[in-house]
Amino acid sequence: MSHTDLTSRIIEMAGIRKTYDTGKVKVEALKGIDLVVEPREFVAVVGPSGSGKSTLMNLIGCLDTPSDGRYRLAGEDVSTFGKDQLADVRNRRVGFVFQGFNLLPQISTFENVEMPLLFGGVPPRERRERVAELLARVGLADRAEHKPTELSGGQMQRVAIARALAMRPDVLLADEPTGNLDSSAGGDIMQLFSELWEQGRTVVVITHDQSLARRASRIVEIHDGRIVSDTAAAA
Amino acid sequence: MTRQDVSVVFHLFSRSARLQKKRATLTIASIAWGTVTILMLLAFGEGLKRQFTRNNTAMGENLAIYWPGETSKIWKGLPEGRPIQPRIDDIPALRERVPECDAIWGEMRDSRTAFTYGRKTVNAPVTGTSWIYGDARKHFPRPGGRFLDARDEEEKRRVIFLGDELAGDIFGKEDPVGRTLLVNNSPFTVIGVMQKKTQTNSYGNPDRTHAVIPITTFKALYGRDRLWTLVLHTRRPEDMEGALARANVVMSARYGYDPTDEHVWGIWNTVKSQATSAKILLGMEIFFGIIGALTLVIGCVGVANIMYAVVKERTREIGVQMALGARRGWITAPFLLEGLMYTFVGGFAGAAIAIVIVTLLGLIPPEGARVLEFLGKPTLSWPIGAATVAVLGTAGLLAGYFPARRAAAIDPAATLRYE
Repeated sequence: MSHTDLTSRIIEMAGIRKTYDTGKVKVEALKGIDLVVEPREFVAVVGPSGSGKSTLMNLIGCLDTPSDGRYRLAGEDVSTFGKDQLADVRNRRVGFVFQGFNLLPQISTFENVEMPLLFGGVPPRERRERVAELLARVGLADRAEHKPTELSGGQMQRVAIARALAMRPDVLLADEPTGNLDSSAGGDIMQLFSELWEQGRTVVVITHDQSLARRASRIVEIHDGRIVSDTAAAA
Repeated sequence: MTRQDVSVVFHLFSRSARLQKKRATLTIASIAWGTVTILMLLAFGEGLKRQFTRNNTAMGENLAIYWPGETSKIWKGLPEGRPIQPRIDDIPALRERVPECDAIWGEMRDSRTAFTYGRKTVNAPVTGTSWIYGDARKHFPRPGGRFLDARDEEEKRRVIFLGDELAGDIFGKEDPVGRTLLVNNSPFTVIGVMQKKTQTNSYGNPDRTHAVIPITTFKALYGRDRLWTLVLHTRRPEDMEGALARANVVMSARYGYDPTDEHVWGIWNTVKSQATSAKILLGMEIFFGIIGALTLVIGCVGVANIMYAVVKERTREIGVQMALGARRGWITAPFLLEGLMYTFVGGFAGAAIAIVIVTLLGLIPPEGARVLEFLGKPTLSWPIGAATVAVLGTAGLLAGYFPARRAAAIDPAATLRYE
């Protein structure tokens, strides 16, 4: 599909700045971020609230565009892309997992996981096969026809992970994925992320959760819009 | 638009549509109500217009009625204030020299004549005029009778044509045709009775209340030769101006008055007054249309409102869909479709209801329903349908467009954060 070769970098950010103009005041949320993520890394981005973590996550996930700097995602320079191009990039390259799950409540588990495939133009038969496969992968094959409201928090987050994986994205991008779960369900989700990483996926998690961060291969600490430390975790 | 666009939009649309049944029903009902209102108003307007025009022309069309008057200008040594009253022998002169007219006639009148039949006497106006009056003034005979003809006039026959109400007053339920009655103590044979018509304008009296005899007979009976009125009739309305101008030239020469003197005659030109009432009726129709359209617009504001509410409710869902890679068009199109669907389902239902109502009203017999003689029957026409579809379509698109635009403007980054 893409011209990038597998050894190229997944994320390549150089001098990324993001300024929010709220009318009177200009808030600089990111003050020059340089970040490179190689394939098969498991990066945890940590930092206090207001440090710019969420802004960084939005930029990595192409939900927002930087005010300044250059961003290549899987080799594509997305800093110049228009809204519909960014939508396509999100669809193909990024799998989102949110703290609040963000499943669509009125449609079934199956249809939730199917949605990115629909946007990606995958034909119906292949959609059905892939959704079944993904639900089996997260251990919810028997919940396909349930509505998200009929599931537990841990189950909902597993549906969300299945949905994030649907388009076989270059990076799995998670924002506090265990933040809404009790410790047992949270543990399951962490375990799932570890497994996915071990199977060769690139994972970026933004988290407060020390036990999740400890599972990462690398911890990037962000403070006041800058990266203050970037360390490989002791495995 | 690609096949993928169509498939995605169809999917999202069918999902959203099945979530909103109750609201959708209410919204559709409001559109249906608006459609019924606009269609009924326009149908009533159209029926009223047709009936009004029919009633308003029941006296005849393209007529100019001259009443005698007096001069107001000095002319060739003659003083002002001279009365000018046309005579019966002006008519052949005018017929010869005013070719724009397809009929010219004079009328003599006795406004209070005794009609006696058996022991009963009724006082009513009698008009003496030409046989050509009959068609031009829409004095159509009931079956079994006839109007005056040329021979009646030539031979000064004592024949009489009765207005339908007058006939009823004199003869009751008896058939008057062929019977003899006394007019001013002279025997006349009834040759016909006028068909019932609803007439909203007249000079002298409504046609149903008078009797008509040949002008030659009238002249012999009353010994007059001055006319009460002189009437010009043209085939086409646009010929009237020219006919009036030429008639003025002829008459000013015959009677010796200044042709620029506008006070010599009182003239009622029905071409002008009909043009005026056509404008009034058009104005009325437009007014009805605007009221109806506004009602419909209120319905569409309802649609827009529910769509806004849906956009607001689904803000997070829309954000999620955007995060998962939905293009803006895929987000907006289902809203547009939903707006159009509500409008058209509602419009269709409303049209069906309106057609049923109009059909049922059409079944009411006009006899005995005096109101209908003036209101006419509500009538749906193709222009009305086309106008309604245009209003519905525009309103439906707008009702979907603005909410859809708001949906497309949603910032996914802002909606996805957990609160």
